[in-house]
Amino acid sequence: MEKNELLALTFEEALKRLEDVVDTLESGEVPLEKAIDLFQDGMLLSQVCSQKLDKVEQKIETLLEGSDGLVVKPFELEEDR
Amino acid sequence: MDKHIFSVGDINRYVKLLLEEDDQLQDVWVRGEISNFTHHSRGHMYFTLKDTDGVLRAVMFAGSNRYLKFIPKNGTKVIVRGSLAVYEQGGQYQLIAREMQPDGLGSLYLAYEQLRSKLQEEGLFNPEIKKTLPVYPKVIGVITSPTGAAIRDIVTTIRRRYPVVRIILLPVLVQGEKAPESISQAIETMNQTDFIDVLIVGRGGGSIEELWAFNSEVVARSIFASKIPIISAVGHETDYTIADFVADIRAATPTAAAELAVPHILELRQRVDWLEGKLRNQLVGQVSRVQERWKRAHKSLLARHPRRQMESANQSLDRTVSRLHASIYRLLKDHRLRNQSFKQRLEFQNPRKQLQTLRERLDRDQSQLAKTGKTLTERYRNQWLHMMTKLDGLSPLKIMGRGYSLMYKDDHLVKSTTQLDPGDSVKVELIDGTIDCSVWAIEERKNHGKE
Repeated sequence: MEKNELLALTFEEALKRLEDVVDTLESGEVPLEKAIDLFQDGMLLSQVCSQKLDKVEQKIETLLEGSDGLVVKPFELEEDR
Repeated sequence: MDKHIFSVGDINRYVKLLLEEDDQLQDVWVRGEISNFTHHSRGHMYFTLKDTDGVLRAVMFAGSNRYLKFIPKNGTKVIVRGSLAVYEQGGQYQLIAREMQPDGLGSLYLAYEQLRSKLQEEGLFNPEIKKTLPVYPKVIGVITSPTGAAIRDIVTTIRRRYPVVRIILLPVLVQGEKAPESISQAIETMNQTDFIDVLIVGRGGGSIEELWAFNSEVVARSIFASKIPIISAVGHETDYTIADFVADIRAATPTAAAELAVPHILELRQRVDWLEGKLRNQLVGQVSRVQERWKRAHKSLLARHPRRQMESANQSLDRTVSRLHASIYRLLKDHRLRNQSFKQRLEFQNPRKQLQTLRERLDRDQSQLAKTGKTLTERYRNQWLHMMTKLDGLSPLKIMGRGYSLMYKDDHLVKSTTQLDPGDSVKVELIDGTIDCSVWAIEERKNHGKE
């Protein structure tokens, strides 16, 4: 798997795939070469998960009626101003 | 007299039967004023309800009255919900109260109860149709007042637990006449988007009137119709609103709703770390298992394969031959090894090496000698130069250069006046020549040599 491809996953997908990799390895039925590939994938996935958790982008938005339907706009709470 | 005579117990039992058969009497709402109120030490409440027309005995057992949100006392006007029953031993019928509300709020309460039963019958509260919340939401929609404590609590909690999520707030009126429509509209608007994973609908605590929008039918129906899972977050622990019943999950407070909506980032980090650890252990485990298998296979191969061949009778000749070969080979190998070792030992004894060593030593000695000789020569040369300088200082010529002269008489150096007589001829030698002189007079220095 390519790292860019993995970075495009959502946190949930990456975590799920990491869990799948661990499960597959735990089944003990994977040949060694495959296991090493899986291990490398797993380490990448773990990295991706951590990076996603590090990415703090907390902001508050709101929905407004625009000409083409609803649009997302930033919203500021009073104490944030 | 064929008239049947009943016992008191029979009569009471029969009346009881009649009363309890009547469905209407089994779930009644009664309005009245409390009197003769006693709160028994075992927890039950005994009182009578009265109005202008009469009295009705009532009991509220401990199991029911512990949920009361007010303290009943004589004179309180109340609405009671319960069933009619006969107390056989006392020959009395009475109201078994299950719920009781102060009468001021009674109408609201009634409306609430009626709506609740209606929606319940329609199946709006069914546990099996409740949607499950996503474990890792990416976008949280919040429907509440933009100025209350609720939105602050929600935002603070989410920021603390799971700062990677987006929050979309639709500000609404949460109390007043327009509140139900406002909340209901916001739920529908949120549902027009396709990227909101979970909704929190609520407000901070308040009086029952302030929370009333969340008991309205229009809000309940919007919550029910929502495709997005909804967490209700209305008021505080004790107040259940209709919205709470319809919502997919009910949180007691806005803070609790935020906690339900998002996982804790620390738990996730720990989970990822834990999985990574498992991953490493798995691979290490697998590699060592494979190694272990290889070792076993290799060992049994070594143990089995040649021996089996040799044990075969048909191959005994081969075996002998190969043993012969082997011994010859070994012999040859031994010889070769021995030869090699001799060669090595011989090489150690090679005079070339010694010669080399000796030559090196000679070179070393020679250069040492040359060095020593040079040093010695240098030293003697210095000594000689020194001596020469000293000698040069002592030369009479050098002394004469400073003005001294030597006097000879008949080629003998004159060192004392006693050697001379007036009229003697003498030669005086100076640095640059000789003067012939004659002695005119002699004056002895009297003290010379006697002091």
